[in-house]
Amino acid sequence: MADESYPDDLRYHREHDWVRVEGDEAIFGITWFAQDALGEVVFYEPPAVGSTVSADATYGELESVKAVSDIYAPAEGEVIAVNEAVVASPGLVNSDPYGEGWLLRVRLANPDAVGALMDQAAYTAYLAGLGDA
Amino acid sequence: MSTRTDFAQTAQQREAAVTIFERGAPGRRASMLPEIDVPLQAAEALLPARFRRQEIPRLPEVSEPEIVRHYVRLSKRNFDLDSGFYPLGSCTMKHNPKMHERVAAMPGHSRLHPFQRPERAQGALELMWGLQEALSEVAGLPHVSLQPSAGSHGELAGVLLTRAYHEARGDAREIILTPDTAHGTNPATVTMAGYRVVGVGTNPDGGVDLDDLRSKATDRVACLMLTNPNTLGIFDPNITEIAKIVHDVGATLYYDGANLNAIMGISRPGDMGFDIVHFNLHKSFTQPHGGGGPGSGPIAVSDRIAPYLPVPLVTRTDTADGPVFDLTDDAPQSIGRLRGFQGNYGVFVRAYAYICSLGGEGLRRASEIAVLNANYLRARMREKGIGEYLSSPYEGSCMHEFVLSGGPMKRDLGIRTLDLAKRMLDFGVHPPTVYFPQLVEECLLIEPTETETRETLDAFVEIVAEILAEAATSPEIAQNAPYTTPVRRLDEATAARTPVLRQSFDRE
Amino acid sequence: MSEYTSLTPEDLAEMLATIGVASIDELLGAIPDDVRLQVPLNIPAGRPEQEVVAHLRQLAERNTSADDEITFLGGGMYDHYSPALIESIILRSEFLTPYTPYQPEISQGGLQAMFEYQTAISELTGLPISNASLYEGPSAVASAAYMSKLANDRPEFVVSRGLHPHARQTLATVAHGWGGRVVEVDLVNGVTDLTQLADLVGPNTCAVIVQQPNFLGAVEDLSAIAEIAHAAGAVPICSADPLTLGVLEAPGNQGIEICVGEGQTLGNRLDFGGPSFGFLAASAEHMRRMPGRIAGQTADVDGRRGFVLTLQTREQHIRREKATSNICTAQALNALAGVIYLAWLGRQGLPELGELLLQRTAYARTQLAALDGVELLHDQPVVREFAVRLDAPADRVIAACQDRGVNPGLALGHEYPEYENGLLVAITEQRSRSDIDTLVRVLGEVVAEIIGSRTAAGVAG
Repeated sequence: MADESYPDDLRYHREHDWVRVEGDEAIFGITWFAQDALGEVVFYEPPAVGSTVSADATYGELESVKAVSDIYAPAEGEVIAVNEAVVASPGLVNSDPYGEGWLLRVRLANPDAVGALMDQAAYTAYLAGLGDA
Repeated sequence: MSTRTDFAQTAQQREAAVTIFERGAPGRRASMLPEIDVPLQAAEALLPARFRRQEIPRLPEVSEPEIVRHYVRLSKRNFDLDSGFYPLGSCTMKHNPKMHERVAAMPGHSRLHPFQRPERAQGALELMWGLQEALSEVAGLPHVSLQPSAGSHGELAGVLLTRAYHEARGDAREIILTPDTAHGTNPATVTMAGYRVVGVGTNPDGGVDLDDLRSKATDRVACLMLTNPNTLGIFDPNITEIAKIVHDVGATLYYDGANLNAIMGISRPGDMGFDIVHFNLHKSFTQPHGGGGPGSGPIAVSDRIAPYLPVPLVTRTDTADGPVFDLTDDAPQSIGRLRGFQGNYGVFVRAYAYICSLGGEGLRRASEIAVLNANYLRARMREKGIGEYLSSPYEGSCMHEFVLSGGPMKRDLGIRTLDLAKRMLDFGVHPPTVYFPQLVEECLLIEPTETETRETLDAFVEIVAEILAEAATSPEIAQNAPYTTPVRRLDEATAARTPVLRQSFDRE
Repeated sequence: MSEYTSLTPEDLAEMLATIGVASIDELLGAIPDDVRLQVPLNIPAGRPEQEVVAHLRQLAERNTSADDEITFLGGGMYDHYSPALIESIILRSEFLTPYTPYQPEISQGGLQAMFEYQTAISELTGLPISNASLYEGPSAVASAAYMSKLANDRPEFVVSRGLHPHARQTLATVAHGWGGRVVEVDLVNGVTDLTQLADLVGPNTCAVIVQQPNFLGAVEDLSAIAEIAHAAGAVPICSADPLTLGVLEAPGNQGIEICVGEGQTLGNRLDFGGPSFGFLAASAEHMRRMPGRIAGQTADVDGRRGFVLTLQTREQHIRREKATSNICTAQALNALAGVIYLAWLGRQGLPELGELLLQRTAYARTQLAALDGVELLHDQPVVREFAVRLDAPADRVIAACQDRGVNPGLALGHEYPEYENGLLVAITEQRSRSDIDTLVRVLGEVVAEIIGSRTAAGVAG
């Protein structure tokens, strides 16, 4: 399992999803915090390529042995690829949540909207706040 | 690895698991069938080739002694209630009287065909009638159907009855309320029966949050599903008010009978205002659990729900020669059937025998001692050496079961509730229910039942104290437990990632 | 009376002192007075064990069991032989008294038995994924229907009238909850009318459900039925009699995607209808929609082979309102009896038993059809059950035969008004040629007497 980290080149959603913008495309995944809470991931149910995901709505599920977690889209877009490597080896989400464990590649409907999401500092502060609650 | 956890392998651990399909040899067999004693007809004439099986199923090829030895060995890889303490919360692991197996095996019960005509099944129908009467009395509700096969099936029956009740009044409703302490079957049942679940919060005393309930109780609500005492082992003192809130909006009140063992003869769901109750005959009425079934989940209902009960119904007609029993489908508003035939009759026989043995007074006494044993065990678990690590989230006395939180244990000793449970396995007791209800951190739900001796409860306390003392110096022992069981901790992630659900055969 | 408890007065006093209360009543203080039962339960006083046994024996003696008559009664449950070793194994405390295997380290016996059971069911049905069993046959049909609803979310179930009436009724009850509809297809000469089926199946069809052999004992053409279902994107479901699957082609090899059935014939008692078990097996694509418990193979931390409950995220205790089913337990003990039975019967025994049933059933069918006042209701291939039409009221014939020690079978007219005076006759390996000859003689006499009295009355009138 990977060490806890929150890269500073990503934007973060409050449901513990990250987004990496690459031009008008973006890659989605879940954060170290989310994979740690879920435990060993055993199954990834992705959306169909070509479908549309909406910001703040669920687009798929990740399962561990004893939990199911909805995955939330941090931004709106059309699915152009799903990570088949994770479908085949779901443990990649645990071992490399920001690299090989990515979940979805989308063509963003509105790339500027991503700027409204949390940056690394805001997300780590948000996580610290969850701990106090 | 620490030497402290380097236990020697047991004989059972050295013996690798072998399945029945891996035993035997081609051509070996146990069964000998009767001869074909009729004039032979051509195979093709009886069954055309296009319907004929092409490849024979690869069933085991084993002798009778091999089968017996195989399953006796397997049996020794199980822990069971007859071997030791089994305080699994919400499951009511009370003793299963041996007499029940004797009476259930009588040919008049066990070899009775379900399509036998009712005039030749009078004993069976009388038994079912008698069981219905007793369950009706325990529930405080006048009508009973024995048909549902398990608690979850009784729940489905109850929600479908609720649907039928509202539909008959032309009143479409779409929401069913369940408390956040509810067993997972409640919300699952609600969805299967076409309703939407809305959760109701829990107040600091562990009961239903009345303000939250009032805010959610609208004329869109079809039913509130509740168990009382609830899954925290707490009797909700506001039950009359809860019933009033629910009934005022025209909804039904459903009683999940998982915890009925706390209140038999002491308080009745019908008197609390419940409209529908399901029983778990495998819990309160001691059908052996069988490693996960069979069970039985009869339901009792109020007058206004009775027209919708599933068919067939048992009827009784008094004649000059005594009562005559029958089965009828004649109930035009019935929700219909829920399964084949009349229900799990073999379970009815055992439950009926249990009720005959205990009588009304004995049932009450069973519940009282169940409550006493739970409170005694809870009091002892507050003693020094345990109480500071396993905290009681709720004050006041409990009913037949209680929750503890392993939160302090996790923080102070570095072992989780799972580790404590796994270490118990090395001490020859079954752990309590763990991580349920989810609203208690690192939860343990403990139900000792009335059939355990005080010495057993005391011994359990000593075991918990010993494990906690051990963890204070060597937490890794519990973290890596168990050591003495036929297998140790199993890789559940791999089992789920690449499911192997059946034997692989060499020829594949 | 027997209470199975152990509390002595000394225990009580010391336990109350430890708790810090004066009485058990004080522990019940949370229960408000207005919902406290103020009178004793109106249930007769408890009795000693021997009296209870005597009472239960008296009730048993008022039932006519399969030991008390030569029975040809079937219709979903059958008097097959259950070998003694089954009882000796399943009554062992280690199998009889544990709960569901929540702690796999101390439940390997039960979990491995589930794995073996799943393997046997997969072999019988020709489908790769089996669960660890369900309540019983008809509710397993409803469970399969709910799986297909989860697969394609269509509203209509097209169901053959050859499916057991209890299964059809159970499906109708349950499907009403989720808004599903049931449409029935008639039988023609004893089997599902394929032309009518093709007409009824369409884009709204969720699943097509048939039984093999069907309720009238006839062998259905599963391949043709599966083809019709697949053409419309519906799930083909079959309820199969497991004991016939040594001679009948595996449903999974004929295009069926979900195969369910009643497991009573696999070593379980009649028990007036339960408990038995239902089985459910499916093609791989349905794996994550399966209801109930499933055991899987894995390894422990030291690399030893072991078994666990797996794919649990489908289930109610994790997925709650999104679960694939509300079912929490299997019928583990009954399924264990099932897999022991199949090991006893064995690879050679299963097809041998099938051949024996084919031959004896064919003999009985030929002999009965030769009687005056008895004709075949259909002439389709059958394995162990067939239907005839009597030229006399079926209920009266059955009652008269029973008075002479023979139960000739099930009157069909109650569930099938279109087969008035139909009689469904089941043959098991427990019914010898001599038993069949007795049936032929007694049924022949009774039918002749009734026809004779009718003729006499007609002449007299």
